[in-house]
Amino acid sequence: MAHGRRKKKLHFSKIYTFHCGKASLEHDEHSQIGGPGFSRVVFCNEPESFDSSIHNYPNNYVSTTKYTLATFIPKSLFEQFRRVANFYFLVTGILSFTPLAPYTAVSAIVPLIFVIGVSMLKEGIEDWRRKQQDIEVNNRTVKVHRGNGVFEPIEWRHLKVGNIVKVEKDDFFPADLLLLSSSYEDAVCYVETMNLDGETNLKLKQALEVTSSLVEDSHFKDFKATIRCEDPNANLYTFVGSMDYEEQQHPLSPQQLLLRASKLRNTDYVYGAVVFTGHDTKVMQNATDPPSKRSRVERKMDKVIYFLFAVLFLMAFVGSVVFGVTTNKDLKNGIMKRWYLRPDDSKVFFDPKKSTIAAFLHFLTALMLYSYLIPISLYVSIEIVKVLQSHFINQDIEMYYEEADKPAHARTSNLNEELGQVDTILSDKTGTLTCNSMEFIKCSVAGTAYGRGITEVERAMAKKTGSPLPNGVVIGGEENGENVTETSSGIKGFNFTDERIMNGNWVNEPHSDVIQKFFQLLAVCHTVIPEVDEESGNVSYEAESPDEAAFVVAARELGFEFYKRTQTTVSLHELDPISGQKIEREYKILSILEFNSTRKRMSVIVQTEEGKILLLSKGADSVMFPRLARTGNDFEEKTREHIHDYADAGLRTLILAYREIDEEEFQNFNERFNTARNAVSADRETLIEEVAETIEKDLILLGATAVEDKLQRGVPECIDKLAQAGIKIWVLTGDKMETAINIGFACSLLRQGMEQIMINLDTPEIKTLEKLDDKKALTKASKECVLKQINDGKAQLAASGAGSEAFALIIDGKSLAYALEDDVKNLFLELAIGCASVICCRSSPKQKALVTRLVKDGTKRTTLAIGDGANDVGMLQEADIGIGISGAEGMQAVMSSDIAIAQFRYLERLLLVHGHWCYRRITSMICYFFYKNIVFGVTLFLFEAYASFSAQTSYNDWFLSLYNVFFTSLPAIALGVFDQDVSARFCLRFPLLYQEGVQNFLFSWLRILSWMFNGVCSGVIVFFFCKKALSHQAFNDDGHPVDFQIFGATMYTIVVWLVNCQMALFISYFTLIQHIFIWGGIALWYIFLMVYGAINPITSTTAYQVFIEELAPAPMYWLLTLFVVASALIPYFTYSAVQMRFFPMYHNMIQWIRVEGRIEDPEYCQMVRQRSIRATTVGPTARLVASRRERHRQTQSI
Amino acid sequence: MNSSGGARKEGGSESSSKKSSKKPKYSRFTQQELPAWKPILTPSWVIGTFIGVALVFIPIGLATLSASGRVVEIIQQYDEDCVPPSYKSNRVAYIESNSTNKTCSTSLIVPKPMKAPVYVYYQLENFYQNHRRYVKSRNDKQLRFKDSANSTKGCDPEATLNNTGPIVPCGLIAWSLFNDTYKFSINSKSLQVSKKGIAWESDQKHKFGSDVYPKNFQSGPFIGGAKLNSSIPLSEQVDLIVWMRTAALPNFRKLYGKIERDLDANQNISVIIQNNYNTYRFGGRKRLVLSTTSWIGGKNEFLGVGYLAVGGISLFLALGFILVYIFKPRVVANSECPSVWS
Repeated sequence: MAHGRRKKKLHFSKIYTFHCGKASLEHDEHSQIGGPGFSRVVFCNEPESFDSSIHNYPNNYVSTTKYTLATFIPKSLFEQFRRVANFYFLVTGILSFTPLAPYTAVSAIVPLIFVIGVSMLKEGIEDWRRKQQDIEVNNRTVKVHRGNGVFEPIEWRHLKVGNIVKVEKDDFFPADLLLLSSSYEDAVCYVETMNLDGETNLKLKQALEVTSSLVEDSHFKDFKATIRCEDPNANLYTFVGSMDYEEQQHPLSPQQLLLRASKLRNTDYVYGAVVFTGHDTKVMQNATDPPSKRSRVERKMDKVIYFLFAVLFLMAFVGSVVFGVTTNKDLKNGIMKRWYLRPDDSKVFFDPKKSTIAAFLHFLTALMLYSYLIPISLYVSIEIVKVLQSHFINQDIEMYYEEADKPAHARTSNLNEELGQVDTILSDKTGTLTCNSMEFIKCSVAGTAYGRGITEVERAMAKKTGSPLPNGVVIGGEENGENVTETSSGIKGFNFTDERIMNGNWVNEPHSDVIQKFFQLLAVCHTVIPEVDEESGNVSYEAESPDEAAFVVAARELGFEFYKRTQTTVSLHELDPISGQKIEREYKILSILEFNSTRKRMSVIVQTEEGKILLLSKGADSVMFPRLARTGNDFEEKTREHIHDYADAGLRTLILAYREIDEEEFQNFNERFNTARNAVSADRETLIEEVAETIEKDLILLGATAVEDKLQRGVPECIDKLAQAGIKIWVLTGDKMETAINIGFACSLLRQGMEQIMINLDTPEIKTLEKLDDKKALTKASKECVLKQINDGKAQLAASGAGSEAFALIIDGKSLAYALEDDVKNLFLELAIGCASVICCRSSPKQKALVTRLVKDGTKRTTLAIGDGANDVGMLQEADIGIGISGAEGMQAVMSSDIAIAQFRYLERLLLVHGHWCYRRITSMICYFFYKNIVFGVTLFLFEAYASFSAQTSYNDWFLSLYNVFFTSLPAIALGVFDQDVSARFCLRFPLLYQEGVQNFLFSWLRILSWMFNGVCSGVIVFFFCKKALSHQAFNDDGHPVDFQIFGATMYTIVVWLVNCQMALFISYFTLIQHIFIWGGIALWYIFLMVYGAINPITSTTAYQVFIEELAPAPMYWLLTLFVVASALIPYFTYSAVQMRFFPMYHNMIQWIRVEGRIEDPEYCQMVRQRSIRATTVGPTARLVASRRERHRQTQSI
Repeated sequence: MNSSGGARKEGGSESSSKKSSKKPKYSRFTQQELPAWKPILTPSWVIGTFIGVALVFIPIGLATLSASGRVVEIIQQYDEDCVPPSYKSNRVAYIESNSTNKTCSTSLIVPKPMKAPVYVYYQLENFYQNHRRYVKSRNDKQLRFKDSANSTKGCDPEATLNNTGPIVPCGLIAWSLFNDTYKFSINSKSLQVSKKGIAWESDQKHKFGSDVYPKNFQSGPFIGGAKLNSSIPLSEQVDLIVWMRTAALPNFRKLYGKIERDLDANQNISVIIQNNYNTYRFGGRKRLVLSTTSWIGGKNEFLGVGYLAVGGISLFLALGFILVYIFKPRVVANSECPSVWS
C-alpha cells in the first residue's frame, strides 16, 4: 500500500461559503487543565514508561457482562430471591428444617433448588453469550506502533493509553483517539458516528497542524508528546485538553477526538494517540444499564400472586383459629379429651395449655402447607417458555431479511407477550420507515410530467384496488406481495424511467431547450463533490444530503454528467443537442447562496462558457412560486398541479427556476454580498439573507423534481394492517416539518383532505422576540402560543364531533418543548389522542423519549418504539417495548432495543402473529397455572378441615413437591410454547384479532378469577366426591377399607388426571408434543408411583406398594378416577360449548371459519372478515375510501 | 418431531443458502407449522361427547349400584348400649375404672344370606387418626429392624420408659391400639373369627419386622389401649398392623377379622363384646360391622348414583344442545352479539 501518497481533494469545509474556518479553540476551560476534573496526562508513544505507569489507566478491555465468575452465585441468587414468591419459598424452605414443617425438608427444598437452578442456568447462559460478544470485540486487532516506526497489529484489549495506532478505512476506532494525521494533506478525516448519535452524515475531524506532517509509519519513531486533558466523562461533544509537542502547548478540541464505536470513512488511514481506553471511553461512559422491563402481564401476575398470598394467609388464619380452639379443648382442667393425642404431655406445637402459641406456630406451618397455592414453578416456566418463544421469533423465516442476511432477533425474552398488547407505535422515520435513500423518480418539465417510476405508496394503493399501475404492470392478489417486480434500475438514487427523455431522446421533445436547462441546473446547482474512479472512469458522488446526490445522479443518467469540481468551477459532460456529440462544458461558479431551513432554497450564480451569468435556483414550492417572474411562466399552473400530485404520492418536490443576470447587476450584488459575508456583527446571517433575497427574484420556471424518500418495502401495507388492528402510529422524527409531512403522505398516515392541525412557533411575534434575545419573554410568549394552538386544535376536534373527518397533528420540536411541560402535556396528550395521526418533527432524542413517556404514562397503554439510530435509544428504552431496526449499519439502537428486526414491515408479523400468539400463550399458561394450583390447594385445605386443621396432608411428601415440577408443568409449558388459537395466516387476515391483546381480554381480572373459580369448584368436587366414595366401606373385594395412603394416592391421581384433561380441553392445538406432554404427564405419575412405591418403605413411607398392591387391583380406584374427572370437567366443557356457540370471542369466530367456512355459511365468513376490516382513519385503505368518497362527491356535484 | 417437516416449498432456499448465512433453517417445528389436530367445540363434538359420556356412565352406574346393592351389611352401634344404666351419666368413669365389668352382649340378625367371607369391622367415629401429631408418632425403622429399637424419633411422649429403655413399638398410634374384642356365636355355637389376611401383605412382609418383639409396651403409668404379647413378633401382630395403617378421615372402619362361612338369612348372631376402648372421653362412637364385599368393595351407593346422575345430566345436556342448535341459529350479527370489543 502506498502510504506516502496523499490525496488532494476538495472538502466540504471549503465549499461552504457561509462557514468561516474553524471555530476558535480558546475557551476558558483550557485554563482548568491540570486542575480537578482535568487531570489526565497521556504520554504519547511511551505507554510503558514510568511516567505513564503511575497513572495506571485501565486497559482497553471492555466487559458488558452482568456477572463474573466470582459474583455469579451471590448476585444471581440475590436476583432470584428478589421475587416475592421465590423469597417466600426460600423462607418456607428454611422453615421446613424446623419441626414446624408439615413435610420433610428435602421434599420442600428440592423443587426450590430445581426452580432456582434452572433460572440461574438461564441467566448464566445469557451472560455467557454476552461474554462471547465481549471476547469478539476485545480480540479485534488494530495496528499499533511498536517502536522504531514499526506498526504491528495487536488485539484491542491490549491497547494502552499513550499508544499510537493506525486505523484504516472502514475500521472502527478501538478507543478514544487523538487524531494526529491522516492520509489527507490537511490532516482531515471523515468519521461516521452512526453508532454514537445515529446521524448518518459524515463528520469532519481535523488534526492539529503541528502533527499533520506525521504521515508515515517511520515518522513515529521518535514522536513524543504529552497530552493533558479532562477526565473520562460521558459528554460526547466536548473535549478539553492541550498537547505539549516540540516544547509548545497546543489547545485541543473535540475536533481532534475520534471516539470509540465510530468508524473511519472515505479516508485511507489515520494516525492517532490513545487517550481514553476501555470503560473510560466516552461511549462506554454513556452506556447505562438498559432499564429492565417487565411486561404488563407479568406485573399483573404479581398482583394475582399477592392476591393468592392474601388467600393463603386467610386460609392459614382460619385453620389456625380452628386448630387453636380444638387444641385448647383437648385439655380442660387436667381432663383430656382426645387422650390418644396425649395433650397432657405435648410439645409446644400441640400444647393445649399454650394453645395461643400453638395456634400461632400452626399458622406458620399452615403457611408452608398452603404454599401449593402459589405455583412455585410459574416463574421458571414462564422463563423457559419465553426463551423458546424468542427462539421461534428468531427462527421465523418470514422475518428474515435476505439482502442484509439478518433474521429477527429477540434480545430480551421478557416482553414477548407485551408484543400482543401494543396500543401505540412510536416510530422513527429515517432508516425505519424509509431506507434513507432518495430516488429521483419523477419530474415535471415545461408543464409535462415525466417519469414512470412507481412509488411504494402507489404500489400499495394499486394492490388494494387491484387496478393496473400506470406502466401497465398489474398487481393483483392479496398475499403475493413478493411477486412485485422490483422496478428499481439498480442505480442508487435513481428510479426514473421514461423513454421520452432518456437516452438523449429529450432533444425531440417539444420544449427541449427547457429540458436542457432543467438538467443543467440539476447538474450544476449543488454542493456535491464528484469522485472519479481512475480505472473505470465512473463518477461517484459525495453529497451532504441524499437528495442532492439523487439530483446529480439523475442528471448524469440523463446525459449531463457532472465530473469535476474545483474551487471555482463545475465541469460537465453533456450532450450538445445540435451536434449530438458529448462535449465538455465548464461553468464558473461565481457565488453559492446556501440552503437553510428558513430560506428553503439554494442558488448558485454561474458564468457559462459563453459568458452569460445565470442564477440557478431550486427550492420548495412555497418560496419559489412567489419569486417567479410575472411573465413567461406559461406552465406554472400545470406544474402546480403536478406538484400536488407528487406530494400526494408522498414525494419530495422542488421547483427549479433560473434567471439571467447582467454583469452589472451581478457586480452590484457581489459587492454587497461580500460585505455581508465579511461582517462581524451578530446579525451577519440575516444580512447575507437579505442580500441574497435581492437577487433571487423574477425567476423563470423550468419545472419541478420529485424525489422519493424511499420507503422501505411494504411499509404502507404494514401500516395499513397495523391500523386495521387498531394500533395507533405516531411518527417522531428529527427531520424538517416538510419532510415529515411528505413521509406522512407517503405512508398514508396523512392524506389530502385530512384536517392538519399544525403547532409551531413560526409566527412573526416569536421571531421578533427571538431576535431581541430576551429569553424570559420568549419563553413566556412561546408557551402561550403553543397553549393557544393546542386549545384551538382541541376546539376544532370538538367542533367536528365524532364525524368521519380525520385530524392529523403535526408539531415541531420547538413547540414540543413547551407542549411537554408539566402543565401543558396533558392537554397536548388529549389533543394528540383525538387525532388519527401524530407527527412530531424536529424532535431531539430527548423529546422522543419524553413523548414516549407521555404516551406511556398518560394512556396507561402499551407503547412500542421503533427506531434505528442512536438518537432513538432514549425512546426505545423509555417505551414498553423497543424495537431496533438492524438493517442499517449502526448498532446502537439494536443494542438498546428489546427486539431487533431488519425491516419495518416485519413489525406486522411480529405483532399480529408472534405478539398475538405469545400474549395468548403466556396468559393462558398463567391462568392455567393458577387453576391447577388452586385445585391442588383446595383439596389440601378441605382435607385439613377433616383432620382438625392439624396441618397433616393426605398426600405423600414427594407427591406434594413433584406436583408442580413434574406431573403438571410440562403440558403448561407446551401450551405456552406451541398453542395457536388461529394460524399465522388467519392472524394476518383478520388483524382485528389483535385487539384481544390490546384490550387485555385474555388476562382480565374476570378471566383470572373465573379460572380461579373453576379451580375452586374442581377442588371441591374432587375432595367431596372422593370423601363420599371412599368413606368407611371396603375398597376392594378383599375387605380392606380405605386408609390414609389409599385416600391420598387416589385423590392425587384424580387431581393429576383432572388438571391434565382440563389442559386438553383448554388448548385448541394438538401437536405430537402436546399429546406427549399431557398424556405423558399422566403416565409419568403412574410410573413414578410404581417406582417410588418399589423402593424400601422407610423412604417411600405411605407410597410403599400402594399402587401395585392396593390401587391397581381395585375397580373402585379406576371407576372413581373416571367419575370424578368427568364430573369436574363437565361444567367447564358446557361453559365452553355455550360460549363457543353463542358468545364467541373473535378468535372463536375465526376458528369457526377455519372449520366450516368453506363448506357452509360463506356469508358468515364474509361477515367476520368485514368486521375485521373496520373503518380506520389512517393507512392506504382509509385513503382509498376517502378518495372514493371524494370522487363520489365530485360526480354528484356535477 | 419434525421428521415430516423437511423442506417443503421453500426447499430450494435451504440448499442455496450459504453456510455462513444467518437465514433460519426451514423446519415445520421452527416455523410453528407442525401438523396439528385443531379441534373446536362444534355442535357434533359437543353433542357427541355428551351422548358418549351418557352411554358410558349410565351402564357403569347401574353395574356399580347393583354391585353395591348385593353387599349385605350389618351395623350395630354399641358404645351407648354397653354402658350399664348406672353409669349412663358418667361413662368415662365407667370405662376408666378397673373394677367395672366391661363385658357386654348383643345380638345381630342377618337380614339376607351372606356369602363367606364375611368381614368383621370395628367402626370408630370422631377419632382423628389423621391428626398430624398422631400420624407422625411412629418410627418405621424401629418397627422394621431389630437393631433399631433405640430409634424412637418422633414417638414422644411414648418413646422411652423411664430407666428401662425404648418402648417397642413406640409412639401414640401403637400406644392407642384398639382393644375391644368380639366373640360371635350362633345358637351358642361359637363362630370362628379368622385374623388371616386382615393385614396388608406388604406391611407384614416389609414394614413390620419378623424379629422385632414388643418391649416395654403399655408399661408406663398411663395405659392407652391394647397390650401386646411380647413373644409374638410385630409382623404377626395383625391387629397392630391394621391399626397402624391410619385412617384418612375421622370416621373409619378397620378390619377385625373374617368369618369364613356363609351366614343364612334371619340367623341370630349373638356377640359378646369386651367394651374396653375409651371413646367416651372424646365423644366418639363405636360400631360393630359385618359385611360382605363385591367387586366394587363394600356397601356404598354414592359411586353408582353419581355415575347415573352424571350420565343423566349428560344426556339431558345433549338433548338441550340438540334443541338449542336446531332452534337457535348461531349468533353472528352485530345486533345480537354486542361487539366483541367493549
